[in-house]
Amino acid sequence: MESESLHLNIDYVGSSGIILSPEQKAALQTSLVILQSENKFSKVYFWGKILGIKDDYFIAQGVGKDELEGRKTFYSKDCIHWGLLPPATRQMRDTSKLAKGRFTGDPSFEFEHSETKKVGEGEEAAEEEETINIKEEDRLASVIADIDEDVRIVPRAAFIKTPSAHVIQNRSFEGLTVSESAKLCNYMHFRHPKLLLEKSLLQRANLDKAIDFLDSLEEDIPKGSWSLQFERGSGLLTLRSLLWQGYVFYHIPGTRKFGSVYVGTGEKNLDLPFML
Amino acid sequence: MSSPGPEININPKEQDFTNAKSYLLTTSLETGINLYDHLSKVLTKILDERPNNVVDVFEDISKDTKRSKFTSQVDTVQDKIDQSTEVALAQIQKKLFSKGEGEEAEPEQDEDVETPLPNLMELCFFFEQAGIGLNREEIIRVWLALKNLVDTHPLQHVRFWGKIFGTDQNYYIAEVEYRDNEEEEAEEDEEPEEHQEEETEKEADEGEEEEQEEDDTPKPDFKPPPTIPKEGPKQGANKKTYFVCNDPGKPWVKLPTVTPSQIQLARQFKKFLTGRLDAPVVSYPPFPGNEANYLRAQIARISAGTHISPLGFYQFDEEEEEEEDAEARDNFVENLDFEGIPIRDLVEPSLANWVHHVQHILPQGRCVWWNPVQKNEDDYEDEDEEEEREEPDEPEPEQGPPLLTPLSEDAEIGNIAPWTPKLSSSLVPQYAIALMHSNLWPGAHAFASGKKFENVYIGYGHKYNQENYSPPAVPAVQEEFPSGPEITEAEDPTPEEEAALRAAKQEAAEAQEEVEEAEEDEDEDD
Repeated sequence: MESESLHLNIDYVGSSGIILSPEQKAALQTSLVILQSENKFSKVYFWGKILGIKDDYFIAQGVGKDELEGRKTFYSKDCIHWGLLPPATRQMRDTSKLAKGRFTGDPSFEFEHSETKKVGEGEEAAEEEETINIKEEDRLASVIADIDEDVRIVPRAAFIKTPSAHVIQNRSFEGLTVSESAKLCNYMHFRHPKLLLEKSLLQRANLDKAIDFLDSLEEDIPKGSWSLQFERGSGLLTLRSLLWQGYVFYHIPGTRKFGSVYVGTGEKNLDLPFML
Repeated sequence: MSSPGPEININPKEQDFTNAKSYLLTTSLETGINLYDHLSKVLTKILDERPNNVVDVFEDISKDTKRSKFTSQVDTVQDKIDQSTEVALAQIQKKLFSKGEGEEAEPEQDEDVETPLPNLMELCFFFEQAGIGLNREEIIRVWLALKNLVDTHPLQHVRFWGKIFGTDQNYYIAEVEYRDNEEEEAEEDEEPEEHQEEETEKEADEGEEEEQEEDDTPKPDFKPPPTIPKEGPKQGANKKTYFVCNDPGKPWVKLPTVTPSQIQLARQFKKFLTGRLDAPVVSYPPFPGNEANYLRAQIARISAGTHISPLGFYQFDEEEEEEEDAEARDNFVENLDFEGIPIRDLVEPSLANWVHHVQHILPQGRCVWWNPVQKNEDDYEDEDEEEEREEPDEPEPEQGPPLLTPLSEDAEIGNIAPWTPKLSSSLVPQYAIALMHSNLWPGAHAFASGKKFENVYIGYGHKYNQENYSPPAVPAVQEEFPSGPEITEAEDPTPEEEAALRAAKQEAAEAQEEVEEAEEDEDEDD
């Protein structure tokens, strides 16, 4: 959700139970402007909130000229002081999946994960206990990266890829129509495409290279991991992810207004296959 | 054959030009336009309009030009009235905002009777301080819808319980209490249906019996455990009645009362609600009822787990206290002398200043324990078989924490505290309000400020669990026969044993023959 119109746009996700208190809104309005100018971002997004046991993390992301590359993530506990999160490496993301339970709200807290491993072969096998410590700050960065990879979505044609491979906002995007917006194929994962490259040449032949450079939501597994609803009749579309409960995307059909926000515990819903 | 004529002496440059032009003039098979005309149109447009940095928006202009070719100037569809769903819903909700006819005279009467309608906007204001809740506009709509509910039903108490998200639609839930004796009428309507069900079951049984006379299929001797009776209206899990609707303005639907088996089974699986009350619940173990029953069971569980109030706001009725046992107390009254607890004490991590004001639901699915054995005693005398069976042990009565137990008694979830107390503001703490977030039921919140407090639930209606859900295992296959000597397969005899047996048989036969022969001889002698 873009920061400059945060106080207006946050109302669109209010029906999903996501609201900010007036104090938080005011604080964010002040601090995000400073964040943008200090880091020379061309845009700052309010990413959402991760709920901890003792405290919550507010997350913001800044982008430069390219919307997809080089995003920087910041977190704050009071909406005023922002700290830069380390970029999530593959190894960090793998180890942080071992951490169980809720976030505590203390970035220096360490989750412990112990594993018993068998060392040696045959009769010499001995069990050895290995303990991995996962820092909450690292876990936070990894979870944000996971959420971005799994569920961050944009409407089709809202962003285009220029011939120089930069991803920028499409100036001629006029919003989806009501009937278009009811179809999952008109929403794209805003990440580096994974499934697109696996498609056959025949399937890719009719794609518009500037627009269809992302994966579409239609191929998500399992089917039904998105809950698509129209609020106010057809005046506002909300897409809620059931995989990451708390991720809400909104779009007003026929306008350029769209955005998304995550407010949740930062735990992936692994029970999803049983719940559909 | 036409001769090339004078064109034969054009130079190759001109020839190239004509070739290129004719190529550009080739009409597209799909859209019916050609590039030559299109380019000239685009260039004309650009030269007419002269936009800045034209090279950057060239593609867009080209697209616009193509598009404008197709839109017909006269559109018959445009003149039609837009009947989109947005308009349809607005028409429904318009009724909420219109005052009913003849209502203007009523308010004077209403002042005498205390209106059961809560001041939802005030509560919404408090929740908004905490960053919980819904849009203000949405709350207003819910409020008006609740007003509608109050006007059409004899209610004593109404509360906005919360919102549960479904995959297709959402539920807004109202918690109501009927005025004394008024609900019975409503209950009577429901009962005949149950009788009908029983009758149809009986009929079905009879039908089966007729068939069985022909086939003589074996009957299972499995007897289902006695069904635990559900709690009556205004008792236990059915103390309150719930109404739901999908959108404020749409009709309120009354949810059925909950049965203990529904609560028991709802604990064993985790499913998303769809938003349609009549949708089937496809689950394992199978759930008795449709989504309305599942929703009601979840509401009962959430209410029992998360409805809390500041210590001292409610107290037990002193008159009743003497008559009844301490355990059986299920009624409380508002404490009129309640002065409010300082905010600092309410957000203490010990949580001793908050109490549950909804009864705990026992594992049995009831709030008051019901003994499944005692009811069967009459049946024992009739049936001999049952007497032979081992007398089931007297089950241990299940016990839960009594009403108005402080939250400090709540069990932890793994190593996570069940509740998170918070202040709404760290900058202006003197005017902040106290908040409680449930970690067991994410989405359940409560606030308290002075004498005011309220609970609300906004979420998917699922309990938090650290471990991932795994469905219960399928029960073991039932034994077909009790194993005994008569059906146990004997081992095959070895060849030696067979030989010995054969020899023994032969001997016996020979002996027999000898006897017979001797008898025959005797006969002959006679």
